[in-house]
Amino acid sequence: MENENMTLYTVSVFSENRVGLLNQISIIFTRRRLNIETLSVSPSALKGIHKFTITTFSDADTIEKVVKQIDKRVDIIKAFYNTDEDLVYQEIALYKIATDQLIKLGSIEEMIRTYNIRILEMNETCVVLEKTGHYEETQALFSELSQKVNVLQFIRSGRVAINKSKIERLSDMLANLNSRKPEGYVEDDEYAGY
Amino acid sequence: MSELISGSEILMQSLLKEGVDTIFGYPGGAITPVFDALYDFQDRFNYILTRHEQGATHAAQGYARVSGKPGICLVTSGPGATNAITGIGDAMMDSTPLIVIAGQVQAELLGTDAFQEIDLVGITQPISKWAYQIRRPEDITWAVARAFYIASTGRPGPVVLDFAKNAQIGKAEFYYKKCEFTRGYIPYPEISTKQIESAAQLINDAKKPLALVGQGVILGNAENELKSFLEKADIPAASTLLGLSAMPTNFRLNKGFLGMHGNVGPNMKTNECDVLIAIGMRFDDRVTGNLKTYAKQAKIIHLDIDPSELNKNVKVDAKVLGDAKVSLKLLTDAIQNAKHGEWIDSFKEHEEKEFEKVIKKEVFPENGPIKMGEVINLISEASNNEAILVTDVGQNQIMAARYFKYSKTRSIVTSGGLGTMGFGIPAAIGAKVAAPDRKVCLFVGDGGFQMTMQELGTILQEQIGVKIIILNNNYLGMVRQWQELFFRKRYSSSVMINPNFGAIADAYKIKNQEVKDRKDLKKAIDEMFSDDKPYMLIVETEKEGMVYPMTPAGDTVTHILLGDE
Ligand SMILES: Cc1ncc(C[n+]2csc(CCOP(=O)(O)OP(=O)(O)O)c2C)c(N)n1
Ligand SMILES: [Mg+2]
Repeated sequence: MENENMTLYTVSVFSENRVGLLNQISIIFTRRRLNIETLSVSPSALKGIHKFTITTFSDADTIEKVVKQIDKRVDIIKAFYNTDEDLVYQEIALYKIATDQLIKLGSIEEMIRTYNIRILEMNETCVVLEKTGHYEETQALFSELSQKVNVLQFIRSGRVAINKSKIERLSDMLANLNSRKPEGYVEDDEYAGY
Repeated sequence: MSELISGSEILMQSLLKEGVDTIFGYPGGAITPVFDALYDFQDRFNYILTRHEQGATHAAQGYARVSGKPGICLVTSGPGATNAITGIGDAMMDSTPLIVIAGQVQAELLGTDAFQEIDLVGITQPISKWAYQIRRPEDITWAVARAFYIASTGRPGPVVLDFAKNAQIGKAEFYYKKCEFTRGYIPYPEISTKQIESAAQLINDAKKPLALVGQGVILGNAENELKSFLEKADIPAASTLLGLSAMPTNFRLNKGFLGMHGNVGPNMKTNECDVLIAIGMRFDDRVTGNLKTYAKQAKIIHLDIDPSELNKNVKVDAKVLGDAKVSLKLLTDAIQNAKHGEWIDSFKEHEEKEFEKVIKKEVFPENGPIKMGEVINLISEASNNEAILVTDVGQNQIMAARYFKYSKTRSIVTSGGLGTMGFGIPAAIGAKVAAPDRKVCLFVGDGGFQMTMQELGTILQEQIGVKIIILNNNYLGMVRQWQELFFRKRYSSSVMINPNFGAIADAYKIKNQEVKDRKDLKKAIDEMFSDDKPYMLIVETEKEGMVYPMTPAGDTVTHILLGDE
């Protein structure tokens, strides 16, 4: 996927909390033949609004069109896109290693300090390490561990991101939307059929 | 608490609240409770049973395109729903307000491969404006109100309601409130004064402006605003296929039809103008040809209601986001009066050339086989240029669009974006139902006719007075044309042995006549128009006719073949 014109973009989508939203979003990526690198979905801080954080390699022109198409969907409240400079972002990775292998290494203090590792679980058979960071950081630890021991399992989450902007686009937009609400408007989420 | 009624009855009552008068449909297992409720509402709805669900969707589209109201289509689950897909996709491409209500298995059975279960919401999400599954009777009014709001506002489009059988049978209160708002959907964006000003500036500075008119003008009821705008700044204009009839054919500033088979003048002038003003159109590849050479010399202004269309295919110098009715009015107020006499006169040279090289032969031939163009021209004139034109797809479509004349808006119903063969007969049915007092003339090829000819049964049952003109060249003509031009006349799969079309019409008790000779044409047309009953005119046209002018797909818009190369 990576070539000169391709930049990693983070797309943030705020949507209604309704069945089938992910499909609506992902088919738009599919049509433009963009591969979704990472995806994370969760309820947002605002009741009834879900947030999708998606990363993808794209050129500037395509990502703009894709995000407009996503934004156009009726069930999507707002979609934005950013490059890494605009964002504070993080991923989390877990590594499972056989306990005896780790012990054979002798000391792991230095590795723990260098990589800021947390140990989440340790028993007779396995140890589970946790590291948060950017892709390169969690990947670096995986590489180093792989050279020294057999990593039984390695899993990395999708990216979560917060923009550094001074303007809170979503809350501004929601305030604007609320001001458009007609009188006696019944909130959608009173309908349990979602 | 008020009385509880069934979900099916709630649906009927909701449709009444939305002012629905006509429903096209086809019954089946998973929608039977709704059809049972419909039985009690026969006096309030004009219900039309088509012969295939695809027909029901296209009929609803024809109805919508002519009336401006959403077309309603009621089908069963599974195969009924999949048969409706072509109409949904067509309505999405052509921004037609269409509401398809399909039966679905009961909610408990969803996901179990129950009999006639199909994931309709999953299938239609990419090709509809909104698709929603109703699983409880309590949610029906909410979903229906939203469906109408979404289908008919902003840039219109199809909405799918997947109606689970338990919700049709279950009971709830009926309380209806029209939808006027849903967060995350801004159908009519506020128009920015700044955008109007920068567009006005470009127009005021223009010496050679050209306007491109799309269906957005018709959908926005902005025909009068368009006229005032064009007249104030004296701007010549041309239409996309779906924008035809937004301006009368004889309007002084109307320079015709754009694109692959459009008029030479506006296509040549596209690459000569200094300011190009696109209004409610989407720079489809059939209009632009090669984008790399398209109007590079011009400043481009784009007025559209859909933000995702702006800068999609063509990078613009000034965009105006908003409803054409309002933005054209604001723009007209912001521009100065102007005269571009010399520029407008410069179209003449191309018009004369096109007449000499193409139109004369096509519309006024003196001998040889009957030409499609002459049939269309005669019929248009016999209708006083007041009829609604419906077309199928192929050479018949393009010829009809080129040679029919329009005096009123909403007078062409054709499948533009999807180019759906088989669209014609059912769409004509819908058009006539929407405008019973107008003549509806369908031009259809021998190929396309056979894709939905079962709808003659609908015409028979409802006695819908459409005038069907089969332009029979005994070929899949448009495919054959491409094969002639680009595949060394290797007519792979474009030759057809056809049935006796007159006998088919007879079987459906539709009056008909077959014309093979030019001298019989006028009389046959007069007979066709002698009453308002269904009629089928079968005209044997030139077998290897060609649609010219033609810009081959992907070529520069000014690379125009005239057939004399
Ligand atoms: C459903 C569908 N299938 C195939 C096509 C491709 N196609 C476009 S025009 C055409 C030929 C149409 O032949 P006919 O209906 O006889 O019209 P003519 O061009 O001869 O006027 C075909 C096959 C299409 N547009 N739609
Ligand atoms: Mg044909």
